[in-house]
Amino acid sequence: MSSTTTDDSFQPASFAFSAENLDKAQATIAKYPAGRQRSAVMPLLDLVQRQEGWVSLAAMNLVAEMLDLAPIRVYEVATFYTMFNLKPVGKYHLQVCTNLPCMLRGSQEIVEACQAELGVGLGETTADGTFTLSEVECLGACVNAPVIWIGDDYYEDLSVESTKALIAALKRGEEPKPGSQSGRQFSAPASGPTTLTTLAGGDA
Amino acid sequence: MLRDQDRIFTNLYGLHDWRLSGARARGDWDDTKAIIAKGRDWIIDEMKTSGLRGRGGAGFPTGMKWSFMPKEVGERPHYLVVNADEGEPGTCKDREIMRFDPHKLVEGCLVASFAMGAHAAYIYIRGEFVREAEHLQVAIDEAYAAGLIGKNACGSGWDFDLYVHRGGGAYVCGEETALIQSLEGKKGQPRLKPPFPAGVGLYGCPTTVNNVESIAVAPTILRRGGAWFGGLGRPKNSGTKLFCISGHVERPCTVEEEMGIPLKELIEKHCGGVRGGWDNLLGIIPGGSSVPVLTKDICDTVLMDFDSLREVRSGLGTAAVIVMDKSTDIVRAITRLAKFYKHESCGQCTPCREGTGWMWRVMERLCVGNATVDEIDMLEEVTRQVEGHTICALGDAAAWPIQGLIRSFRPELERRIAEARANARAA
Repeated sequence: MSSTTTDDSFQPASFAFSAENLDKAQATIAKYPAGRQRSAVMPLLDLVQRQEGWVSLAAMNLVAEMLDLAPIRVYEVATFYTMFNLKPVGKYHLQVCTNLPCMLRGSQEIVEACQAELGVGLGETTADGTFTLSEVECLGACVNAPVIWIGDDYYEDLSVESTKALIAALKRGEEPKPGSQSGRQFSAPASGPTTLTTLAGGDA
Repeated sequence: MLRDQDRIFTNLYGLHDWRLSGARARGDWDDTKAIIAKGRDWIIDEMKTSGLRGRGGAGFPTGMKWSFMPKEVGERPHYLVVNADEGEPGTCKDREIMRFDPHKLVEGCLVASFAMGAHAAYIYIRGEFVREAEHLQVAIDEAYAAGLIGKNACGSGWDFDLYVHRGGGAYVCGEETALIQSLEGKKGQPRLKPPFPAGVGLYGCPTTVNNVESIAVAPTILRRGGAWFGGLGRPKNSGTKLFCISGHVERPCTVEEEMGIPLKELIEKHCGGVRGGWDNLLGIIPGGSSVPVLTKDICDTVLMDFDSLREVRSGLGTAAVIVMDKSTDIVRAITRLAKFYKHESCGQCTPCREGTGWMWRVMERLCVGNATVDEIDMLEEVTRQVEGHTICALGDAAAWPIQGLIRSFRPELERRIAEARANARAA
């Protein structure tokens, strides 16, 4: 969140968890031993982000209060981990992996397709606030490269065409099917498995 | 070729039911009580017999690691922490275990924790793996409901609790002490060792951190016997392994194969070969982004295991095979990795904080030949100053790919410099 200005006009004055998320927060804190509630800081920040789309200063302060931490202990975690958005992002946050395995399978073309379709550059949000486009480091789905991460899902085996179709579907407000966009079976070879062909597999 | 009967991850491709009933039909949770009844020493001995070496990259013998935990539980509880922070570029095997064979991991957590005197374990999963974390949680909930974990797990008399903890997007948290720091709710900055986690780990308590794959194979090893696993592969490089083959192959995939399989066979049998044929191969990074690239002449014959790859000055790492054909700009490829390590350096140690940025900037210049030949040697020298001079291995990981590039592709670096100079003179 490197910023050279002190403009904090985008920061809300306060934050509160929804009743449902407050329950989840309490259940999360209980996963850790007594006195070790600090462990819950990342899960709570994640809950904040799920509720608001980003993590505001007010939210960090509340998390600090709930976990009995100095606020700086929460800020330093929120700024260390790249998943926390410290500014508002679009409804759809397209995070394109450009690390080597994706690069070898054409991620540069995928980035360009996203830029062309959305009319924004990396790190930018569309004027209507619907889409944010980011570059991200390895997502850990390398045999299904190239990959875009949106919300809670990966969109894999992308081509320029399927990337355009994906964005078009999102623009129409649809929920495109995650996973391989080329229709293959997860991480199996595209022509079908070369192993595990002689076992029953245990379907219930 | 490895027989299907000897494969452990029988739902690797998600073709079958991943939940408890499907997992049971594939043999998971089959009389786990009997395994536990054989006792801690038997379990650890059997793991040692199997020869299993840690699947997270370093390849340390798992049974020996387990034996480092204090024999008796004192005032401080023991913990097992599972490293599911899979993020080494090229690596995507633990993801498949967690989404399609989560019960193997849950059962493995129970037997490993029992063997190390731990009543609780945490699975630290990278934050981006949201769906994988959901599957894991479902599997854990199913296991609790069925009495397989929780109080008196499997009727063994051992109480065991298992939790999922999601990370926040930081590669360095794959380093075990950074992972522990992160799990404690802190920045993921590695700790100095010693003390080692087995003495002072999570919350200052004895802790063992193991990779997902290492834990998930344990129940099958204990059921079929360490000798079975040890009989696969080669001495000191035994068993089966998940390989992830990405990049310029016809059909990228993840596959379970026998350790020691020839690299060429792995690619030709399961991936349809290198794009454009084997002779179109430029080089392969055989074990995830941190290990040095191999040239084609080595790829022709090298075997995929720890010791074979170390002999050719690379490494098995996470067995993430990144294939590059002759269309690859190899300098650009390694520069992309340099940028990655710069991005992921936690900033704690000066050689890494400053060195990763410096190395990346020089690499960017080398991409376009905007350098002198002397600077290649200077870059090599700086990688040596970073390597081995940091708390964790991220500094080493940043140095090795560049060292590999200079060792194997120096003529290409010099060619670009000469070309850039010629172009400058002409202009």
